[in-house]
Amino acid sequence: MTENITTTEYKQRGLLPFTIRFEPRLTEPPRWYPPLVSLGAIVVALIIGGVLIAQAGGDPFRSYAHIARASFGSLGVFSDTLVKATPLILVGLACSVAFRMKLWNIGAEGQFFLGAFGASAVVLSGVLPEGTSPWLFLPLMMIAGFAGGAIWGFIPGFLKARLNVNEIITTLMMNYIAIAWNNFFIFGVWSEGGFQMSPMFPRGAWLPRLADYAKQIPTFRGLTVHLGFIIAVGAAVVVWFILYRSKWGYEIRLIGDNPRAAEYAGINIKRNIILVMMLSGGLAGLAGASEISGVVHRLQGAISPGYGFTGIIIAWLAKLNPFAVILVSILFGALILAGREIQPSGIPKMIQGIILVCLIASDYLLRYRVRIVRRAEEA
Amino acid sequence: MMSDTPTSDRPDLTELPMMIEMRGIVKRFPGVLANDHVDFDLRQGEIHALLGENGAGKSTLMNILAGLYRQDAGTIFIKGKPVTLSSPKHAINEGIGMVHQHFMLVPSQTVTENILLGLGEPRFRMRLPEYDRRIAEFGQRYGMKVDPAAKIWQISVGEQQRVEILKMLYRGANVLIMDEPTAVLAPQEIETLFTTLRAMVTEGKSIIFISHKLQEVSEIADRITVLRKGVATASGLDARGLSRDELAQLMVGREVLFQMKKKEQKAGKLVLSVQDVHAENDKGLPALQGISFEIRSGEVVGLAGVAGNGQRELSQVITGLRKTTSGRIELNGEDINNRSASFTIQRGVAYVPEDRHHVGSAPNLSVTDNVIMKKYRSAPIARGWILDMGVATDFAKELKEAYEIIVPSVETPARLLSGGNLQRVILARETSGEPDLMIAVQPTRGLDVGAIEGVQRLLLAQRERGAAILLMSEELEELISLSDRILVIYEGQVMGETRDGDVEKIGLMMIGTRLEDIQQGEKRD
Repeated sequence: MTENITTTEYKQRGLLPFTIRFEPRLTEPPRWYPPLVSLGAIVVALIIGGVLIAQAGGDPFRSYAHIARASFGSLGVFSDTLVKATPLILVGLACSVAFRMKLWNIGAEGQFFLGAFGASAVVLSGVLPEGTSPWLFLPLMMIAGFAGGAIWGFIPGFLKARLNVNEIITTLMMNYIAIAWNNFFIFGVWSEGGFQMSPMFPRGAWLPRLADYAKQIPTFRGLTVHLGFIIAVGAAVVVWFILYRSKWGYEIRLIGDNPRAAEYAGINIKRNIILVMMLSGGLAGLAGASEISGVVHRLQGAISPGYGFTGIIIAWLAKLNPFAVILVSILFGALILAGREIQPSGIPKMIQGIILVCLIASDYLLRYRVRIVRRAEEA
Repeated sequence: MMSDTPTSDRPDLTELPMMIEMRGIVKRFPGVLANDHVDFDLRQGEIHALLGENGAGKSTLMNILAGLYRQDAGTIFIKGKPVTLSSPKHAINEGIGMVHQHFMLVPSQTVTENILLGLGEPRFRMRLPEYDRRIAEFGQRYGMKVDPAAKIWQISVGEQQRVEILKMLYRGANVLIMDEPTAVLAPQEIETLFTTLRAMVTEGKSIIFISHKLQEVSEIADRITVLRKGVATASGLDARGLSRDELAQLMVGREVLFQMKKKEQKAGKLVLSVQDVHAENDKGLPALQGISFEIRSGEVVGLAGVAGNGQRELSQVITGLRKTTSGRIELNGEDINNRSASFTIQRGVAYVPEDRHHVGSAPNLSVTDNVIMKKYRSAPIARGWILDMGVATDFAKELKEAYEIIVPSVETPARLLSGGNLQRVILARETSGEPDLMIAVQPTRGLDVGAIEGVQRLLLAQRERGAAILLMSEELEELISLSDRILVIYEGQVMGETRDGDVEKIGLMMIGTRLEDIQQGEKRD
């Protein structure tokens, strides 16, 4: 019976005529319950955030209204939110597939940079002539981006599979190598006139934006959302399909849940470690490629405000569910965008943090149920 | 009072002062009544055994006494005074220490460091050599030899147990709770442990000995309390007046030796042949040392032996989960030695592993995901690289019906299933492919009576179908009633084979006597 040691009893002595008990759930909660708990956690977080805004001398209601307006208020700002969400979805997916197998890939940031590098290399190395059709240019850039990230995922994957090297350390360290690698090219090889950036990509290497079609459809004027968003959503569908409808995904889920059972079922764990790290890295690389080709249009230093690390949080909040990754990424995109509207730093980041803590803490309510027991009944 | 039991030279038990009384202890866990008004008492200088099957509530009761759990109702008295034990620390202050089944030691630290861990001494500077000496002396007092400077990972399991005991004694424990102390020990180590326990009792300590093994309990205990499904079926009986049969009755609540009816049938063609196989265990020590045997179709071969004599390694070697260092393994005439696990699965080797939670199933995946574990590679569940979840779900539903798996839906995660139902899921998965060879390790362990019979019936049905079955179990009765032949394994070798289920012979072989030697001895008599 030792496994029942987790039963916690939280007693408020004397003050109240009842005690509150948390008991492990023995059955699955109904389907509507987990989303409701998450929503409740966000509400609680906003209330806490509101108190802090009020303490800082702001008006919480006006601040929240402003955040909502600045991220979802009009088609234009919503489009901007989606632009922010695009790389987040892809890195969120990258982390989700790796975490599903309990591979702690925290190198999505570096894989993102390598993806950006791969896509840029297609443009800047001059393998394709200037006027090449976007139909050839863009797919090739995306493939190169995926490949760049996949290579960066392969290295720690291989080291873990063959030599049992801790992937947390290697992926983390390889982030710095990736950034330095990119810097080498933007400072030197591809530097434009000594500036720390590459020349602007030709138009054929830009992912099409809605604004590009404003002539035909006037409502699209100024909408910056680009094809990368569709790629990201498509990637979510593909990842879902792989995980839940393919043999490979079944192996990933089995290894993730119980590696000993997977071994017993005759699954090659080492091979899967390498493959999943490559898929994870590839998705993060795709995020880099999409960002470079859809938003920045050149290779430079500051292409990521830590997307790769936000991806870890997103994957976690989405409970590794590919479709939930899309929703959480849009929420985070909105917070990043609107946050800057209120204050360049500080309060918005804090609210992000509070939401995160509340969501993670709310997980407890999924595993335990709360029982209120009258004192008399207990005695 | 003249009797030749080891306890005869001791004073009458009723004269010993009372140390602990537990009265009407109730403990509920969600969905289970683990202890239902249990009474238990312990006198100074006695060994009181707490006997019961797995899940009978022994550990729960003792965890309450050790301050790990709080009882829902009932009172604990220590030397006549009612106490509330709110934490293990509190319990140890009251002189109660528990040695858990899984040791709570820090492997990278020395014996001394582990014993001192959490104590207020030494205050600042570690002064290890001085404490090493003190602890060696302390151990000597109870006849326990330990090397205080050795690191935990370097010493044997038996020595680790001694460290746990010393840890408790050093903290001033007068009452020592030993939770299944022999489960991890080799026979010789068990003897040493019993000597130690007796020495401690002579020093005035009291011991609670938790076990589900009858023979040990009748060997070591002064008094016995038996738990069954949370209820004390016997409380504090004098061990001398009890036969093993009576104890078994109290523990299980029915005649233990019930015979499964098995059809007379002739063994068929040779299915598995293991020839002179050697293999190493996880630590790189020899576990199988030249083991050889054969199993034919329609035959159940039982493998008896004390746990840890190579059974685990043998099952892994046959199923492709462990490499052999030498020898031959053939399945239906084909060499399967050192092939992968997926290879043996595809050749029709079914394997019911000992640990159904940690090896046999994936707790957070659905019943469907769990039953396709061996079949997801090929049609009809797989179509190319795609998994047809429709087919998989139908397959799971079929098995749910056929094997009477009680579960709300096949989407339910495996961790929510009871032990018996989970075992049915595993057996359904393993037998549905009509395997040629089936390895079943402890398939009924921890299950209730009804579930045990269900599992045994399934195994016999496979035998009638013509499967070759290798059954490993620590329950001799089970082995005898199910097997056509019984092999006894000792230190990775087969000591001999018996067809008549002679328990005495099996027992002798289990402690390392070869069958030939037993027979020679018989001839001489």
